[in-house]
Amino acid sequence: MSASKRGARVRNAHLVEVGMKIVTGAAAASVMLSAAGLLAYLLYRGLPSITWDFLTKAPRYGGIFPAIVGTFWLVAGTAAFAMPIGIAAGIYLSEYAPRGRRTRLIRLSIANMAGVPSIVYGLFGLAMFVMFFGFGVSVLSGSLTLACLTLPVIITTTEEALRQVPQDLRQASLALGATRWRTIRKVVLPAALPGIVTGAILGLSRAAGETAPVLFTAVFFSAPLPMSPLDKTMALPYHIYIMATQPNKPQPGIVWGSALVLVAGVTIINVVAALGRSRARRRVTW
Amino acid sequence: MSTGKLGAFELQEVSVAYGKETAIAGVSMSIEAHSVTALIGPSGCGKSTLLRCLNRMNDELGDVRVGGRILLDGEDIYSRDVDPVELRSRVGQVFQRPNPFPMSIYDNVAYGPRTLGTRSRAELDPLVEESLRRAALWDEVGKNLKKHAFELSGGQQQRLCIARALATAPEVLLMDEPASALDPISSQMIEDTIAVLSSSVTIVIVTHNMQQAARISDRTAFMLRESMDRPAGLVEVGDTRTMFTKPVDPRTEAYITGRFG
Repeated sequence: MSASKRGARVRNAHLVEVGMKIVTGAAAASVMLSAAGLLAYLLYRGLPSITWDFLTKAPRYGGIFPAIVGTFWLVAGTAAFAMPIGIAAGIYLSEYAPRGRRTRLIRLSIANMAGVPSIVYGLFGLAMFVMFFGFGVSVLSGSLTLACLTLPVIITTTEEALRQVPQDLRQASLALGATRWRTIRKVVLPAALPGIVTGAILGLSRAAGETAPVLFTAVFFSAPLPMSPLDKTMALPYHIYIMATQPNKPQPGIVWGSALVLVAGVTIINVVAALGRSRARRRVTW
Repeated sequence: MSTGKLGAFELQEVSVAYGKETAIAGVSMSIEAHSVTALIGPSGCGKSTLLRCLNRMNDELGDVRVGGRILLDGEDIYSRDVDPVELRSRVGQVFQRPNPFPMSIYDNVAYGPRTLGTRSRAELDPLVEESLRRAALWDEVGKNLKKHAFELSGGQQQRLCIARALATAPEVLLMDEPASALDPISSQMIEDTIAVLSSSVTIVIVTHNMQQAARISDRTAFMLRESMDRPAGLVEVGDTRTMFTKPVDPRTEAYITGRFG
């Protein structure tokens, strides 16, 4: 190859390099800007409505307290159902399941479960939990429905996190005369915990903001505080939806205020999880 | 066996198959108690596979079948009465890459005994110290057992893994190229440790390094897979000095003089 040709090729490669850096950087920047813009607008519209009364009073006194409590219980219920089952299923897939067609089928159905639209979960919950099991429109039915929606996320991330744990460690434990379960409990799970927690939080944050699955299964436009799992409840996403679609008395203040509270709540959970994770990570590195 | 020492293996026509493919066939040899036996041979000759038969770690790999008989102190380790989990506390293993658990030095060494049900500090403390001493690591870490295992150097981590394996008081220690990922000085320390240990425990070591095999082993077994259509087998086994000076089989001689592999 002649020197001039080589020079041209190097210049060309250099141009492409700079070009790609700009294109990919611009994509990253646009994502960051949209997130920042969304948050800024949310604060601008929502912050004026946030008052002590707004957070602690019932709707008829201009507050959203029952909706906050309702969403809290729905998420807590979802966590109670989805986390044990999801983590256990993730453990099975990563640590016990034999490689083969049946396991592939299970994985495929989990992936499909993640792709089902949330309104379909709502209908399923209505048929299954509200009517068939007779739990009625209640926190329990809503939590179970949201748990179904959250399960695929938790299972997949748990499995991923377990797979990240080096095979060497499992071998070391088995070679010392530990059973599979002891190996999982003492070595694999502790090492994978940060990743599992991340997945669970991610799934639960999504559940907190879902409207469609609770629409037929748990919520009511205006309900008192739920006193038992079988009570219907208010919930933030549904409250936002209702307030935003009121034909005669639109309440933009309540809508944006509620949205801000919802986002703030989810953010707080995420930040706490991230802090816990970075503390755990400091101990586990390879 | 007649010596009364524990940890002697007798292999009779041992074969290993992964799925439909036979990897090793027809291996018969004995491994003497409280001695160092080196398994040598080129890559892919089944040394590590054979080693993993001795503590039934092959069981964990899925579709693996082991044929023939492997007797440990006269007992067939593949018989129904033998629990592979229990077997592994009698036949320990040290791996090629140091693989300490992400926990303290103390917890690493105590892992095996705790698995076997020893919980009290009064029993564990002396056991941890003794194991670390036997692995020649006590002088370096004895004052700082709470330190995280990942803060140790590679060579120290490997000696920690040896200590961890010794803590369940195994009769046999299997070592799969334990020094190949280490620098020469750390490698030397591992060899010194092996020399001391062989008075109290049977050691079977897989190694690529023939000088190492010649230096540290009492007996050597040479394995070879001559073509991909045929399973690997044992070419020759015998006293290490004889093997390296007057090998019987011309293939052994060709390998140890560096003509292939």
